[in-house]
Parts: sequence; structure tokens; C-alpha cells
Amino acid sequence: MAVRNQRRAGLLDEALAHGGPIIVFDGVNLSFDDKVILRDVSFTLQTGHTKVFLGASGAGKSTILRLILGLLKPDAGRIFVNGEEIEDMAEEELMRVRGDLGMVFQEGALFDSLTVRENVGYKLFEELNWPLDKANARVEEVLGFVGLSEFIDRMPSELSGGQRRRVAIARAMAAKPRILLYDEPTTGLDPITSVSVDEEIIKLRDLEGVSSVLVTHQLRDAFFVAEHTAQRNGGRVSLERAVAHKADEAEFIMLKEGGIAFEGNAAELRQAASQDQYIHAFLS
Amino acid sequence: MTGRVQDWVKDAILEVQEYVHLVTKAGRSVLTPPIYYRDIIEQFDAIGIGSLTVVLLAGLFTGMVLALNSGLTLDQFGARSMVGRLISASMVKELGPVLTGLMVAGRVGSGIAAELGSMMVTDQIAALRALGTDPVRKLVVPRVLAGVLMVPLLTVLAGGIGMVGGWIVTVLQFHVASSIYWSSVVQGLYVQDVWMGLIKPFFLGFTIVSIGCHVGMRTTGGTQGVGKSTKLAVVASSVAVIAVDFMVTKVMIVLLY
Ligand SMILES: Nc1ncnc2c1ncn2[C@@H]1O[C@H](COP(=O)(O)OP(=O)(O)O)[C@@H](O)[C@H]1O
Ligand SMILES: [Mg+2]
Repeated sequence: MAVRNQRRAGLLDEALAHGGPIIVFDGVNLSFDDKVILRDVSFTLQTGHTKVFLGASGAGKSTILRLILGLLKPDAGRIFVNGEEIEDMAEEELMRVRGDLGMVFQEGALFDSLTVRENVGYKLFEELNWPLDKANARVEEVLGFVGLSEFIDRMPSELSGGQRRRVAIARAMAAKPRILLYDEPTTGLDPITSVSVDEEIIKLRDLEGVSSVLVTHQLRDAFFVAEHTAQRNGGRVSLERAVAHKADEAEFIMLKEGGIAFEGNAAELRQAASQDQYIHAFLS
Repeated sequence: MTGRVQDWVKDAILEVQEYVHLVTKAGRSVLTPPIYYRDIIEQFDAIGIGSLTVVLLAGLFTGMVLALNSGLTLDQFGARSMVGRLISASMVKELGPVLTGLMVAGRVGSGIAAELGSMMVTDQIAALRALGTDPVRKLVVPRVLAGVLMVPLLTVLAGGIGMVGGWIVTVLQFHVASSIYWSSVVQGLYVQDVWMGLIKPFFLGFTIVSIGCHVGMRTTGGTQGVGKSTKLAVVASSVAVIAVDFMVTKVMIVLLY
């Protein structure tokens, strides 16, 4: 569906300033059948910041991303994305909100009947109806960004797991969303490939000003993303360790039994691990 | 025991509700933009051209076997020349639509359920929605349109080739002259029968494809779930072909005869 001219809600100006609230969960509850998945979950993601969700498998991490996208509706509570309250929105209205969101699904979820080019440019070709040359240029640009230019005419089945994940990132970023959601982008990848995926996430956040929600249970990757920044010096991009206030822009939330067991920055998480058994077990 | 029955009834009602919901949603989406023309054309090709071979083969052999059997029976009454009438009457009104329906159910119904089912369990459908596409418009509408329009066409072809099959057997085995066979074929065709034969496959095509889509879109439980959906789609759409055939026949008899 073509994204219509955006009718901005009043909260939006505030939400789009750096540090403004771009995603807000307010007392969100969700159960499947009798099983409570999320119990009174509240948090705020600020524009340009990173929220890292940790938690055991089945803790409800993917569910939170689906709620942000409006793919699921909460049983109770309110969800704001980009200054708009989305939990009661009809599917057509949600399409507009999704115009500003990009999602990297857990296994990539690439369309296996389409080439890499068609996957990455899907939204530009099919929904936004960009002129063909402009869309193709953007596809080449984002594939260059994730370092996969030469794979543009391959099918997803001809890629390795790590390449598929990077194509998924390219697809999510192609339409220049302000918010990117990553669902376990490094799970099942070797350490070297993981770092290259982490670097894409950092680059998008620091060079393109994207707000990110990162779901993972790979702590190494979570800390790497939280504690590095990317700079562009001339044509080259370099990564550095983040200084204190920049490191605070990444916040960790640990989910446990439907609730938030921990919320804080990287340093606080390391400290909490020495006191809390569950977090300790998770970190080691 | 009663609890299980209750659960079963509840599930069945829910299933029907979901099906009706999908069908109405698809119906509304046909008329309003966005319309994915390229996908529609692709599905016409996949469902129509893709089913051509099986449908033609089934039609041919059915016509041949009909000629063999009815030829033997009619021979006892010295009525060999009537074979054509029997073939055209049964092919056009009943066997053409039902056989085509069953073939398409086996080939297309299962294919749709498998395709949409695996898209479902690998999150491709969620990805479509995340990218701003309504999966009903993108996936269901093109398939339903192709089913509704291509199954009648396939049915006509199946009926036609069935008569050719009957002709081959009648001429070679029973030594009836071609001209006698074909004029008998024409005699066997009544206007009502032709209408019946043309209208039925619209309903059958719709039924097969919409069931395939519904079952596919409700797939859960990984690869195993896809297998289950595929099987369910074939069984449900085959049974539905015969049931819908009965109901449409009943209604049309009231209306036409
Ligand atoms: N559509 C669904 N129907 C029923 N249960 C679900 C559904 N989706 C997820 N769940 C359950 O919700 C829980 C949380 O799932 P999820 O958010 O995917 O966990 P994770 O933290 O591993 O990403 C799991 O126990 C899962 O079984
Ligand atoms: Mg998950």
C-alpha cells in the first residue's frame, strides 16, 4: 500500500528531536491463550538511541518487536510509535506508521522467490513506486553499505546465513526508516560475521541517525553495539569506543517471566550481574 | 467426551469464521487499489497454464474410458451410434467440471497451501506486512482471480479433449464413422447442460483456491505445519469440489430446468 502523505500527530515534533520519545510502551500486557507473555511492560526509546532487549528464548523479545510494528495487538496498555498511538489502529493506518519502521526478522525472512535486488528494493518498487532508476540506485547504495554489491542478482537460497542477514538489514533500511528493529540479527553466525553485522547496526545508528531496537541473547554483540560509535572521516568510516555519554544512549532491558528484570546502561548491567543470579547466569 | 465435541465444534466455527473473513476481505480488495497486476498475471500463468497438462490428460482418458464402457453397453442394444451423445452429456455437465476441479485441487490447492504456508512459518508474510503490503491483496487476490477465471477455461478444454478421446475410441474400436459420432455429440448437448457446465467451474475454482489460501495463511508449527497444511488443503478442497458441485447442480436445476 502506498504510504500516504503523512498526517503528523502533535506529539511528533517532540518525538523526532534527538532524545525525544520515539517508541513508548505504557503498561503493556499480552497473553496467548492462558499464557502471560508480557506483564505490565513499560519503557521509552529515545530518538537516536538504542534499546537492547535481552532474555531467554521465549521471554517475549520478538513479541515486543511485533507489537511495535502493529503485527500484534496488546491486551492492555498503550504503545506510541513516532508520536502516534498505535494499539487501536486499523491495518490501513498502521501501514502509514510502518512507513517509518524497518524490521530485520529473526531468520531474515527474505522473499525466497525474489532476487536480492527485488528483496532489497521491495518497498521502493512495489509500495512507494519510486522511479526505476532511482530505486535501483538506492538498492545498489544499501547493498554497498552492507558490502554485498556483487550479490545483487543472486537468489536468497544462494547466500550464506550471514549474507542473508545482511541482505535483510539492507531491505529494512532501503526506504530510510527512522526506526530499525533487529530480531536476533547475529544468532547462529560465527563471531567474525557477527561483528560485521554489529558494525552495520552501529553505522546506521550513528551515521544515519536511526533509532534502534536490538533483540539478542548474544551479550558480546549487545555490548559491542552499545559501546562503539561510528564516525565518518572524509570517505572512510571508523569505529571507536564510545565515550561515557554516548555509551549511555544504549540501554539494556532484561526480560524475565513477562516482566522487566533489569533496565540500565552497559556499566550498570555489568554491575547488576554481580548481585543478581539470573543476570549473572545470563552474562557468563 | 462432550468436552471434546464442544472443542471440536468451537474450532470448526472459528475456522469457518476465519474463512468467511478472508473471503470478504479478498472480495473488498479486488475493487480498491492497490492492485498488484504483475502478481495477477503470474498467477494466471501458474494456475492456468501450469494445470493444462494434467487437466488435458485427465479429460482425454476420461473420454476414452467413457466411450469404451458406454460403447459396450450400447452395443447390446445395437445403439453404437449413440456413444457421442452419452459422452458429450456427461463430459459437459458433470465430469468435465468435477474432474478439472479435482485435478486443480490436487495440483493448485496443495501448491498454494504449501507456498503460503512456508511463507507464513518463515515470517515472509509478517515481512510483507512490515514492508507495508497487505498479504491479502498481494497473495490471495491474484490467486483467487486466477482460480475463478482459469478453472472454467480449463474445464472447457477438458470437455473438448474428452470428446476427442471418445471419438478416437469410437472410431477405432467400434468402427463408427466420424461424422456419426460428432453429430451424436452435438445432439447430446442441451443448452441447459452447457450453461451448467460453464457456470459450475467458476464456483469450483473459487472454492479450491480460497481454501488453499485460507489453509496456507493459517499455517503454524514450522516445516511440519507446512506438510499438514498441504495435506489438509488437498483433502478439504477435493471434498469441497464434490460438495459444491452438488449444491450448484441443485440450485441450477431449480433455476434452469
Ligand atoms: N502466535 C502465537 N501464539 C501463541 N503463542 C505464541 C505466539 N507467538 C509467540 N508465542 C509464545 O510467546 C512466547 C514469546 O515468544 P517470542 O516473543 O517469540 O520469544 P523470544 O523472546 O524468544 O523472541 C513464547 O513462549 C511463544 O511460544
Ligand atoms: Mg524471538
